[in-house]
Formats: sequence, C-alpha cells, structure tokens
Amino acid sequence: MNASTIKPRVAVHKFSSCDGCQLALLNLGEDLLTLAERVELVHFAEAGPLNPDTDVDIAFVEGSVSTPEDLERIQHVRAHSRMLIAIGACATSGGIQGLRNNADGAQWIAQIYSHPEAIASLQHSTPIARHVKVDFELWGCPVNSRQMLAVVNALLLGVAPRDNADKVCTECKRHGYPCVMVTRGIPCMGPVTRAGCGALCPGLGRDCYGCYGPAESANTDALAAQFAHLGLTPQAVAQRFQSINSQAPVFLAAAGKARTIRDE
Amino acid sequence: MTSLSDHAGFLPLAQLPSLVAQLMAHGYQCLGPALENDAIVMRELATADSLPRGLQAEQAPGRYRLTQDPQQRYFAWANGPQAIKPQAFAPQESLWRVERDAAGALTFAAVLPAVRPQAIIGVRACDLAALALQDAHFMRAGRRDAQYAQRREQLFLVAVQCAEPAATCFCASTGDGPTPTAGYDISLAELADGFITVAGSAKGAAVLQALALAPATPQQIETARQQGEAAAAAQTRTLPSHTLRDSLMSQLEHPRWDEVAARCLACGNCTAVCPTCFCHAELDEPALDGLSSEHGRIWDSCFGESHGHLHGFNVRPDIRSRYRQWLTHKLATWHDQFGRSGCVGCGRCIAWCPVGIDLTAEVAALTASEVPS
Repeated sequence: MNASTIKPRVAVHKFSSCDGCQLALLNLGEDLLTLAERVELVHFAEAGPLNPDTDVDIAFVEGSVSTPEDLERIQHVRAHSRMLIAIGACATSGGIQGLRNNADGAQWIAQIYSHPEAIASLQHSTPIARHVKVDFELWGCPVNSRQMLAVVNALLLGVAPRDNADKVCTECKRHGYPCVMVTRGIPCMGPVTRAGCGALCPGLGRDCYGCYGPAESANTDALAAQFAHLGLTPQAVAQRFQSINSQAPVFLAAAGKARTIRDE
Repeated sequence: MTSLSDHAGFLPLAQLPSLVAQLMAHGYQCLGPALENDAIVMRELATADSLPRGLQAEQAPGRYRLTQDPQQRYFAWANGPQAIKPQAFAPQESLWRVERDAAGALTFAAVLPAVRPQAIIGVRACDLAALALQDAHFMRAGRRDAQYAQRREQLFLVAVQCAEPAATCFCASTGDGPTPTAGYDISLAELADGFITVAGSAKGAAVLQALALAPATPQQIETARQQGEAAAAAQTRTLPSHTLRDSLMSQLEHPRWDEVAARCLACGNCTAVCPTCFCHAELDEPALDGLSSEHGRIWDSCFGESHGHLHGFNVRPDIRSRYRQWLTHKLATWHDQFGRSGCVGCGRCIAWCPVGIDLTAEVAALTASEVPS
C-alpha cells in the first residue's frame, strides 16, 4: 500500500450558514496545497470538488439544521462519514439564525418576504449534535485557519484534537492587552467566552461579544451582575448573551435570567 | 534597609534622557512606560527623551483609569497591568523542536529565545520582589530553565521608588516596597527637581559613572526617605504581617469560599497579572507536512478546568476549589515552597479582576473567626 492510497478522504458540507467557516480552509493559502497532499478532498463545493454522497473518513460540517432538507441531509452525511466535525457557531449552537427560536418565525417571514410560501424553514435552528453524533465541535464565528489546521493535524496523527474551552481572557493576557472592562468599564463577554480567536476584539480596544460560545465554568451570573454594576439595564444584559450563540444552553439560560429580572 | 546609600548621586530632571542615552550607548534595548490602550505598559523607547510625564494610575477593585499628575512627574503612575514577568517568563514560547528525516529518524533540538540586552526603566520594588521569586522557581539549583535564564540574564533593571501608591497597593504590609532595596542595577527616587540615583550592581555603577553625577545632598536623601515613608503610610490596604500559612489552611471549609466562588469568573486574570504566578501548560504544534513539531509552553492558570485535569477526573472541578487553590497556594503553602508568601503587595489581582474581588478583603473574611462547628 503506497502513501497515496491511505490518504484520508475528507468532505466539507454546508448546511444553513454564511460560508464564512469554509473560508478558514480556503484562506490557508499554501497550507491548503500541503493539506491537499495529505488528504483527499473529495467534496468541497466552495473549492471545486463535488461528491456529496461518497463515503469519507472526515466530514466537516458547517451550518445549522434550519430547513426540512437539512434534517434529511445531515442523517445522510452522518451515515457516510467515519468522523463528523461540526465547525462554527451555526453547527455548534444554531448560529445567529437561532435568534428566531425565541420569536414568531412565521411572522418574521411574512413581514420580510413578498412570497413567504417560497420559504421552507423549520421553526427552530438547531446545532448538528441535536440530530446526529458529532465527534468534535470547533466553536467560533467564524472558526479560523489556525484552529482548522490544528484539528486536521491531530486527526492525521491519530490523536484527539485539543478542546480549548478556556476563557478569552487567557489569550487576552498572553497578548498583553489591558482588560477593557477594567480600563474602560465596557461589558466584555471575554470572561465567559471560549478562547480560540486570539482575543481579537479586546486587542482592538472593544468588548468581546461572545462569538466563540460559552467557555468552561462560565459564571454568567457573576458577569451579569458586573454588567448591571457597569450600568447595563436587564434588557441590555440579556442582549449581551443573545447574539451569535444565543441558543448555546449557558447563554440561553443567562439571557432568560436577565429577562426575568426585567419582568419583575 | 534603605537603599539611599552614601554613594547616591543626583541626576537633574533635565538629564533623565542622558541616562536612557547612556543605556542605549551600552547596547541596551530600552523599555519604559508607555500609554497604550488606556494603561501603562512597558514598550521600547524610540528615543532617549520619549519617557512620558504626568501620568497617574487611579486604581480600585476592577477599575484602572489614567489621570493627570499635577506635578508632571515621570513615575507617579504606581503600576500597570503587568510587572516585568513577560520579559523573563514569556507568555508563549517554544521549548524544543523535533524533525523527522526521510528515513523516519527523529532529531530533537532545544529552542532558545534570541534575546538582546534589555534595560527596563520604571521597575517597582514589588516587581523586583516578584522577580526574585520567579528566579527562585525558574533558576533553582539543578532545575534551571534555559529559556527563562536566557531572558533573565539579559535584563538591566532601573528601579524607581513609588511616591504615589495606588489605592490597590499594599506592598508596605508585605515588606516589599515602596522603596526598592535589592535586585536592581540602578535605583531612582524622583524628587521635584531630579532623581537620587543608586547603583545596585557593577553594571549599574558603570552606567552611572559615565554620567559623572554630583553626589546627592543629605537633604535630598532625607527628602526621598521621607517620601518613601509617606508612600508606605498612604497605603490603605494591608495583609496581616504574620504568616498566614496556618490560619488559612485551617479554614479550608470556610463558607466564604462559596461566597467568593459565586462572584469569581474563573477567568484567571488575577494569575496572569500576578507577578509571581508561574504556572504554564505545555503543548505540541505539529507542522502540517508531518515532518516537524514544536513543543511550546503558554501561561496557564489554576482557574482553568484543564489545569486541574488528571486522567479520568478533575482535582478542582468547581470555581470554589480553584479560588481556594490560588489563595492558599499564594499566601499559605508558598511558605513551604519558597520560604515566604507569594504575594508582594502590588494589588494587580484586585485592580485587574473584572468583578473587583479584593484579595485583602477575602483574607480578612477568611481569618476573622473560626467556622462555627
């Protein structure tokens, strides 16, 4: 058996999403060529190869389950993949489109589209793991190339990818960025948000808005209390948790709690 | 005790740039205070006269704001979000690298940082005390850390006396400040019209000698001494002067741990800004072509889940146990390890805690009385 015959077969599938996470692969530049030598990219619509029905070793799945068609297709993808990796906020929490889960989606559609009957969407936008077994989740909106490479590398070496659930603060401090909550009193989500972005927003002097989803041991009660102390209304506190990853259980509960305070 | 020795010189205010110029002439990359992202950080000085004047740091639990010093002093800013820890213990660095050749054989090589002599201007007494503790950890006999040692040995430290402690400072109670007493190459005390200078090493003496300064007068030395005393007296926070080892270790089930855990974000910021915390994680980054891999270390924190993760279980699964680990290590078991407390009274863990948890208040609550049994 020569090297070329044992290349893992890889597919990249898109569900309900903006395609931004696939760019983490496309933006690899030269590394993409190196990657192409180590794996066989059998399906990656955005890059060219089309073969959605073939069996693969690794399937990267971007997007949430948001339409009746998504519901069926995710079962098909799972059945044909040895490992399934969910990438990005849509695939791991339901994404920004998950905001409709707490609203009257049909009414929204009626307000926006001239032919609402042409829209086929489920009442809820849900993460991939709600429907099929997911072998690894990579959080982020969008995920970045460094994260993607680390996952691919780990799988090629036959080890479990490193699941970094530490807070954004850990990256912020390693970069030497002064804490924006402390210097400017702005409501940063970094202390409850998963690392991985390299503290992009605090590095630019603004507050993290939680696009990498909840970190481990996220003390949302303590952060919500501090947001209130900094002058945020209960509604504003709820909105901090209701963004890209509004349906991640930890953020959903925090927003619900803040709204309860408002209603009291 | 005081470092304002008989050999003190006087550097007139207008000649501060000549000290920096002298360091540059000696080949040092000079780092000094700079205003960046609303805080004082240490950055390379572009020119000998680029030290900022008139900055003060108003600090409170969870709060840091820069204000104007009416006296336009150079070093009235107490401290910034980092001591000099990153200059010796890098936040992330490579330790070794392994390569695989065509035959499949592996070759390992240490990775050492490329460093040039670096002078840091504006180091505080608490920073020096903390650096001594980092030295004790990273350069202990028989277990010398190559990367740390390489950086550390290149450092030239220009310390300054703190005349304006922040409200979060309590170095007087830990015995580590506000006047530098050891561990510096040159020490400065800022007066209205100039600086008292003291050499703390042969390197420092050589730099000062080249400046050919007049000796400081007894009055100037006395003014600086009084300034140090006033700065110590102005501190509003304290830690108990006695060893907290037994009093904290006897309170491991105190209800206060639950109370502080409810407020604590477990973000680890206190450990990252603490100038004595040295925990790190090690990880491998294989290259995509599968032919090489780098083994690196990054700052880690006892507030993270992975820090307490052992095979099959976690020794510190909740925030309560993590906060307790941090505080009892820092203030109690550190004595067993290093012969003193791990706290130097800089107050950074108080100011840079996003929710303003105050270590001195927690200690006071934990040691106020015995738990009713």
